[in-house]
Amino acid sequence: MTALGKLFRTTTFKLTLVYLTVFALFAAFLLAYFALNTRRLITEQITETVDAEITGLSEQYRLGGIRRLVIVVDARARRPGSSLYLVTTFAGEALAGNVNALQPGILDNPGWTETTYRRLDEAEQPEHADHPEHEHLALARVFQLPGGFRLLVGRDLDERERLYHIIVDAGRWSIAIVLVLGLAGGLFVTRRVLRRVDAMTETTKTIMAGDLGGRLPLAGTGDEIDRLAENLNAMLERIEALMHGLKEVSDNIAHDLKTPLTRLRNRTEQALRNATSEAEYRAALEATIEESDGLIATFNALLMIARAESGQSGDMREFDAAEIANDIGELYEPLAEEKGIALKVEASDAAPVRGNRELVSQALANLVDNAIKYTEPVGEAVNRAEGTMPEIVVRALNAGDRILLTVSDSGPGIAEADRSRVVERFVRLEQSRSKPGSGLGLSLAAAVARLHGGELTLEDNHPGLRSVIALPRGGPVQSTG
Amino acid sequence: MRLLIIEDDRDAADYLVKAFREVGHIADAANDGEDGLAMAMDGQYDVLIVDRMLPKRDGLSVIGTLRTKNIETPALILSALGQVDDRVKGLRAGGDDYLPKPYSFSELLARVEVLARRHGGREETVLRVGDLELDRLSHQVRRGSEEITLQPREFRLLEYLMKHASQVVTRTMLLENVWDYHFDPQTNVIDVHISRLRSKIDKGFSQPLLHTVRGAGYMIRDGAR
Repeated sequence: MTALGKLFRTTTFKLTLVYLTVFALFAAFLLAYFALNTRRLITEQITETVDAEITGLSEQYRLGGIRRLVIVVDARARRPGSSLYLVTTFAGEALAGNVNALQPGILDNPGWTETTYRRLDEAEQPEHADHPEHEHLALARVFQLPGGFRLLVGRDLDERERLYHIIVDAGRWSIAIVLVLGLAGGLFVTRRVLRRVDAMTETTKTIMAGDLGGRLPLAGTGDEIDRLAENLNAMLERIEALMHGLKEVSDNIAHDLKTPLTRLRNRTEQALRNATSEAEYRAALEATIEESDGLIATFNALLMIARAESGQSGDMREFDAAEIANDIGELYEPLAEEKGIALKVEASDAAPVRGNRELVSQALANLVDNAIKYTEPVGEAVNRAEGTMPEIVVRALNAGDRILLTVSDSGPGIAEADRSRVVERFVRLEQSRSKPGSGLGLSLAAAVARLHGGELTLEDNHPGLRSVIALPRGGPVQSTG
Repeated sequence: MRLLIIEDDRDAADYLVKAFREVGHIADAANDGEDGLAMAMDGQYDVLIVDRMLPKRDGLSVIGTLRTKNIETPALILSALGQVDDRVKGLRAGGDDYLPKPYSFSELLARVEVLARRHGGREETVLRVGDLELDRLSHQVRRGSEEITLQPREFRLLEYLMKHASQVVTRTMLLENVWDYHFDPQTNVIDVHISRLRSKIDKGFSQPLLHTVRGAGYMIRDGAR
C-alpha cells in the first residue's frame, strides 16, 4: 500500500471528504438561492419603477398632450443616471428621449421586453463610439398612448447583472477555497492521526515480537488517542508484571525442584549399585516413595505460593478470622500437648475479614506448625507440671481497619537480621536441617498475606517469636489500572 | 466392585486396572471421553474414576452428561489441577470426590471404597461397631455400659470413622471431611487426634476397635469378627 493510498483509506480522510462534500453542496445551494433571489428582487424593483413612470408620463400626456409629454421626457432624460425614455410617432420617428440603436421591431410590440440599446449621450463621446460593447441591456416597457404615439420607458440591467455576477463569482471562489482548505486541512489532520497510529502500530509490532518493555507513545494532548494509549500502556504494564512474575516463579521452581530430584536420583542409583538383598531394595524403594511424596508436597506448596503471588486469589468471601484461629488452634492443640507445649487461643471477639478462607487457614497453620516445631520443651522431668510448660498463643485481634492473626511462641526466635531473609523460599536458618520442613511455610504465609493486601511480620516476643499476619478488614484493595 | 477408569494415559490406566484387580475388584479402562461415556451409560459400574482432562470429551462433561441422563454412578475425579477452586468446580459438575494428581494408590482405593459404599447406603441415626455405639441425634457415645465424653471435633471424627466402619480412611479424607481443610499440614496433626480418640474409646478395653492401616490410614472395625 502506498503512503498516499494509506492516507486516503483512513477514517479521518473519508470523514473529511464527506464533510467537504456536504459543506460545498450547502454553500453552492445557499449562494445560488441568494443570487437568484437578488436578481428577482432587482427585476421586481425595476418593473415597479418603470410602471410608475409610465403611469406618471401617460398622466402628463393626458393632461397636456404630446407637447407636454415631450417636454417632461426631455427634462427627465437629461438627469444623470436616469431611466431610458423614448417617445415616437406612430411611424417610429423619435420625438424625445435618450435612447438610440434599439433593436428593430421593439416598438411594435407593446409590453415588457429585454433589449440592447445605446444611450444618446454616450454616442456623443468619441472614445466610446467605436465600442460595440457599449450597447447595454435594458428592461423596457413599450406603452401605446392614445393618438398613436408610443412611449418606451426602461431601466438599465447592467447593475442587476453586475451584482449577479459578483455573487456568483464570490460563490465560486468561496467554494473553491473551502474545497482547497478543507482538503488541505483534512490531509494535515489525517497525516497527523496516521502518524500517531503508525507509531502505535510500530510499537505493538515490537511488543508482539517479544519486547514487553515497549510502550505506546503519548502526544501529551490528553485526547482520545492519548487516553487509549494510556490504557493500553497500563495493560502492557500489568502484562509485563505478570509475565515477569511467571518467569521468576518458573525459574525458581525449576531451580528449587532440581535439588530434591537429584537427591532422589542419587539414592535410587546408589541402591541399584549397592543393594544386595530384597530387604535393602524394599527399603530403598520405600525411601524413594517417601522422597517423592515430599517432592510433591514441595511442588504443591510452590504452586500455591506462585498462584498467591501472581494474584490468583480464587474464592474470596467474608469469614471470621477468630473462627480460623480457634479451628487451627484446635487442630494443632493435641500435637502441641504431645510435645509438652500448651497451645492457647485468644480469639473471643469476631474478626470479620474478606479473603480466601482456605489460604488464610493454611498460612496460620504454617505459623503454628513452625512455632510448635521450634519451641523446645523445658525438660522431660518438669514439662508436664502445670505452669512450667512453654506456651504458644494464637490470637485473632481487631486493630483498627486491620485484622491481626498472631502466633507467639517462646522458642529461640529469629534474629532481627534474618527476619526478612527467612520469608524467602527454601530459607531455613537451622544449618543442620535436622527439623522436618520444606522451608516454604513462611513464604506461603507471606504470599497469602500479600495476596490479601496485608503483610506478614516477624517480631521479637521476648523471648521467642511473634509472627503476625495483618489483613485489611475489607479484603485486598482492587487496583484499577 | 466394578470400576470404570476413564484415563487417557494408558500406562496410568493399566497400572490402575492391575492394582484394583490385585485387591479383588473388577476394573475396565476407557482411553477417551467418548468411549468412557458410552461405557458408563450402561450403568453397570459401581464407581467411575474419571480423569479431568481427556481427549474428545473432558471429564467434567462426561460426568455432567451422565447426571442429566439420571445415571448416578458415583464418580471420582482425578486431576492435575489441585486447587480448592478446581475441586469445587469438579464437585459442582456432579463429581462425588476429587483427588489431585499425583495420588497414592492406597488413597485412591480408600476413597473409591467409601464412594461405592455411600451409594445406596442409608443414613442411620445410631452407628455401631462391636460394643461401641454412637447416637448421631443425642451426640452420646458409649462403649459397652460405659459412657464416653468426647469433644465436638472428636465426636465428628469418630462419627466419620464409624460411618465408614471396616473401610480404610486416609488422613487426607479425615482432614477434608472432619476439618474441611484441603491443604496438606506439614506435620501429621491427624495422627495425634487419632491417638487421643483411641485413648478415649479403646483404653481399658481388651478389644481395640480403632486400627492403624500401615501406609494408608485408619480403620475402625470390630476385631472379634
